[in-house]
Amino acid sequence: MASGGVSLADRLQEIRDEALADIAAAGDAEELEAARVRWLGRSGALAGALSGMRGVDPADRPATGRLANEVKGVLEAAYEGREAELAADDESEGSGVDLTLPGRRVWAGGAHPVTQVIDEICEIFGELGFNRAAGPEIETDWHNFTALGIPLDHPAADEHDTFWLDDHVVLRTHTSPVQARVMQESEPPIRVVVPGLCYRRDPFDASHAPAFEQIEGLAVDEGIDFVEFRAAIDFFVRRFFGSGTRTRFRASYFPFTEPSAEVDVTCFLCDGRGCSACKRTGWIEIMGSGMVDPVVFEECGLDPERYTGYAFGMGPARIAMLRYRIPDIRLLYEGDVGFLEQFAR
Amino acid sequence: MNISVAWLRAVAPAIDDTPAELARRLSLQAVAVDLIEPLGQGLDDVVVGRVLSAAPHPDADRLTLCRVEAGTDEPLEVVCGAPNVVEGASYPFVPPGGTLPGGMTIEKRKIRGIVSHGMLCSEQELELGRDAAGILRLADGLEPGTPLAGALGLPDTRLVLDVTPNRVDLASHVGVARELAPRGVDGIELRSFGTSWVPEWADGSESAETGGVRVTIEDDERCFRYLAAVVRGVRVGPSPDWLRARLRAAGARPVNNVVDATNYVLLELNQPLHAFDLAKLAGPEIRVRAAERGESLTTLDGHAHELSEAATVIADAARPVALAGVMGGEESEVTESTTDLLLECAAFDPRATRRTAAATELATDASYRFERGIDEAGLEAALVRCVELIVAVAGGAAEPAALRVGRAAPAPATVRLRPGRVRKLLGLRLSPGQIAELLRPIGFEAAPEEEPAGDPALLVRVPTWRSSDVTREVDVIEEIARRYGYERFPQESRSIRPSSVPASPTWARRRDVRRLLEGQGLYETRGLPMVSEERVRPDRVELRNPLSATESVLRTDLVPPLLDRVGHNLDRGRRAVRLFEIGTVFAADPSGRGPAGRETYLEELRVGIVLTGGRAPEHWSGPVPDVDLWDVRGLAEDVCERLTGCELRPLGAHDLPAGEPGRPGFGVGGWLDGDGFAMFEEDRLIGVAGRVRDDALDTPPWAASVFAAEFRLDTVRVSRMARYEPRPPYPAVTRDLALLVPDGLAAGRIEQAVRTGAPDELVALRPFDVYEGDALDGAGRSIAWRLVFRSPDRTLTDGEVDGYVGRIVSHLTEELDVRIRDS
Repeated sequence: MASGGVSLADRLQEIRDEALADIAAAGDAEELEAARVRWLGRSGALAGALSGMRGVDPADRPATGRLANEVKGVLEAAYEGREAELAADDESEGSGVDLTLPGRRVWAGGAHPVTQVIDEICEIFGELGFNRAAGPEIETDWHNFTALGIPLDHPAADEHDTFWLDDHVVLRTHTSPVQARVMQESEPPIRVVVPGLCYRRDPFDASHAPAFEQIEGLAVDEGIDFVEFRAAIDFFVRRFFGSGTRTRFRASYFPFTEPSAEVDVTCFLCDGRGCSACKRTGWIEIMGSGMVDPVVFEECGLDPERYTGYAFGMGPARIAMLRYRIPDIRLLYEGDVGFLEQFAR
Repeated sequence: MNISVAWLRAVAPAIDDTPAELARRLSLQAVAVDLIEPLGQGLDDVVVGRVLSAAPHPDADRLTLCRVEAGTDEPLEVVCGAPNVVEGASYPFVPPGGTLPGGMTIEKRKIRGIVSHGMLCSEQELELGRDAAGILRLADGLEPGTPLAGALGLPDTRLVLDVTPNRVDLASHVGVARELAPRGVDGIELRSFGTSWVPEWADGSESAETGGVRVTIEDDERCFRYLAAVVRGVRVGPSPDWLRARLRAAGARPVNNVVDATNYVLLELNQPLHAFDLAKLAGPEIRVRAAERGESLTTLDGHAHELSEAATVIADAARPVALAGVMGGEESEVTESTTDLLLECAAFDPRATRRTAAATELATDASYRFERGIDEAGLEAALVRCVELIVAVAGGAAEPAALRVGRAAPAPATVRLRPGRVRKLLGLRLSPGQIAELLRPIGFEAAPEEEPAGDPALLVRVPTWRSSDVTREVDVIEEIARRYGYERFPQESRSIRPSSVPASPTWARRRDVRRLLEGQGLYETRGLPMVSEERVRPDRVELRNPLSATESVLRTDLVPPLLDRVGHNLDRGRRAVRLFEIGTVFAADPSGRGPAGRETYLEELRVGIVLTGGRAPEHWSGPVPDVDLWDVRGLAEDVCERLTGCELRPLGAHDLPAGEPGRPGFGVGGWLDGDGFAMFEEDRLIGVAGRVRDDALDTPPWAASVFAAEFRLDTVRVSRMARYEPRPPYPAVTRDLALLVPDGLAAGRIEQAVRTGAPDELVALRPFDVYEGDALDGAGRSIAWRLVFRSPDRTLTDGEVDGYVGRIVSHLTEELDVRIRDS
């Protein structure tokens, strides 16, 4: 037995563990060389330990000798491996490239914020079975007014500041005429959403544009009632504005719906506590809606005793302005790249 | 419409909700309340001040030196800048140390050498109204020093209503009280003014007379009923404070006691009335008739109107004296010298009123109500109330007889209501009793039909003040729904049947276009379709009533307005601008091929693209070239190959094909510089691309060339289905072929010739180098082509490929004047 109670085999194991750690920790060639001398050198730890071979029981000597050779091999391999690693490091540092310089990019592009809002709204109504429809921007006064229960000599028509092209042709003041077109062309069940540009003779200022996007929705079938209508709108609101959002239906008037309702949602900027966006009321008006007026069914050739339905309309530009906090509607039309790139995703 | 909460409580004493709660209920059940405005807040320091004497300030022309009695021991010396100070009159007064509603504290202050002890105030300074022209004269007889708020019936709260076109009845205090009072219509109690007048009615279907005045309705389609009373011996002057306070709280400007009385009844009962100075009426007589062409009238606002038959007038024996239902005339206006009145209370046809207002470009409180429909059965009560108020505030006495011309007041209409229909439309199971209970407070009386015809039904009597809005079963159902409360409805999702309406392909097309262009680093923009004349083709569509000359026509092409967007970005120092827009263009088509009803107007959706500046963002590793013709051609190729499946052809600036009938054309003349590219589907031109002429937009010297493209959206294919093609496992063999090509021989022609002479194994062909230089000794240019061969079923040998190339070359040199360039 070796003095101190530690066998040579144990000592060799110790040397292997400590030396491996030491070699791995060498940060450069100089440190690595020092480690080599310390463990593998002529007067290093391994050589020192082997000088104690004489004290080993002759019966154990062959095994201990094999162990010693094994440890030596492991340490030499570790040394060479570390040497190669350090050399590789040197090489990359040595090329002198400044890796903090920026990479090569391509131009980014993206959809207009109003388009993004339109898509999101239409996708949600898509889950409720609504398909996207479209209609012309130049309309007859019949489609724009008469078919929707708005007599031209009635004050309700005054609410639409209309651009006229001639005595009977207008730029549509809302997307609702597409309701009439769809009902004339299709049999219920009808479920459509109609995004589209509308025109009102409003001077271009911070909150009005003479042409603006609207999204119209129409559902017509047997058995649609106010209860279902409320549920559909509530589904949309919670999906679009967040599941904690509440809706409020207020009595209102539209010539083509009866009963009519304005829909408010709890202000999504202040969570209903009251802020400048909601004029301190905690509510934001997002759409006009109601049950389709029988006069519209009659004008479009559907039986109002058989069919019922609901319709709604909202302004995606207004919703985009609220959501992204865009203070002036004119920014939406400028085509300023610095503006548009903020909404790229 | 402005509603005074104090006035509401005066007509329906049981209303005791807070203004905020009243506003909430109105907003949910009837019409939106836009604003809740407290009135008379911060008036604690304001008292009644009587001006004992007023003398000019010795050192200032426009200032007056007043001695004001305001409840203090001694009168105070006050310097006043208002032009309307009258000795002996009373005004709101803030003593030194007092505060105005706006928060300003009044101190003793030297004004032009004289110390002013306080301030006499205008309506605006007290935040009671907008009048800032002079100080607010109070009624005589108020005790100096008493708090102003009490003297003016303050504090009060004003609710600003956004009255919808169907609910004109809510443009009055009684109308709003019917919605809000706990017992509804039964809770309305109009307080007496302390006077009483019970007229004897002199009736006539066309004509009647009272107090020596004859009234005739000459056109009973324009005027349904005309009631009038004569009041003699009035003293015209300022109204008492309570009346002025009421009007002010409702946003009306007090004028004099007679006019104020008519306005009071208007705002209380919703009935417009007009008082004529009887002495100024020729005859005296009243004729309600169409205006005659050439007649003229100067209205109360001082404007002279040339009239035509479109206008309805009230005329005396000689001339028009008022625009019926719109505004009175200046000549017969009630003034301080007026003693005898003819008081008009009429029902004019909504459409006739609308025409009169439109013809004279006037919109008044009266025309607003007549256009939407007044309560024809309420005329008698309104006339009586107004006479009683005039006598109470202006003295005098009414003739015992009042006249009444025209048809009888219509009886309330009855609407048949099926509870089954209520259930079908609303999803609520309401009993007839519940329905009657919901409707009763707002004046609708529902009773079971005695002899049911078919489904059991209720007969619902509609109150006369709602007769223009509620005429059908569904209108009554709306009343039920809103009185039930939209908030109380259950929400249940129902199973739905799939829509029979297929999605319009437009939206898939837009999506595909956007995907391609966004991927190419372009931002989507949206422009206004109204543009100026300079940006359009001659076949433009003009707006009949444009907002301005610079937005007077509809765009005929997308690129020219997009160039303005490029200019906008260049002006802001941005050199790289890459935008696209998907929008509608318009054109006039005199041939009338457009859609039914809009035959002469064409519209179509287009995609417009503009590009300028670096091909990629700047990079430190080296210069980035600017976008050039080949970038826009490449984009056009992408559009053709991936979206439209159409063919791209070179295009000379002057050889655009003629426009396609029934479709808007392409106005490239406005922007295309020299050569460009045209997209064709068969022989139909569906798009253009190219470089933008330098003079098509103002560019700073550092800007790069601008390129643009435009194509029809409806040519984008949406039903294209990809199909998998197995990829051959055998390797491809590539050969390069440099050809010397004479000037004028297009690469496209060579490509065509190569392809016709090539075997199926030629799978790709593209030019990879074009050289035009001295080395060619003016022998045209050299185009190097890369040819890729591959067989689907074997590995091609060099010998085979050499054979292919040889055949291609011999075919080429036979067909075209080209030579192989020696390497």
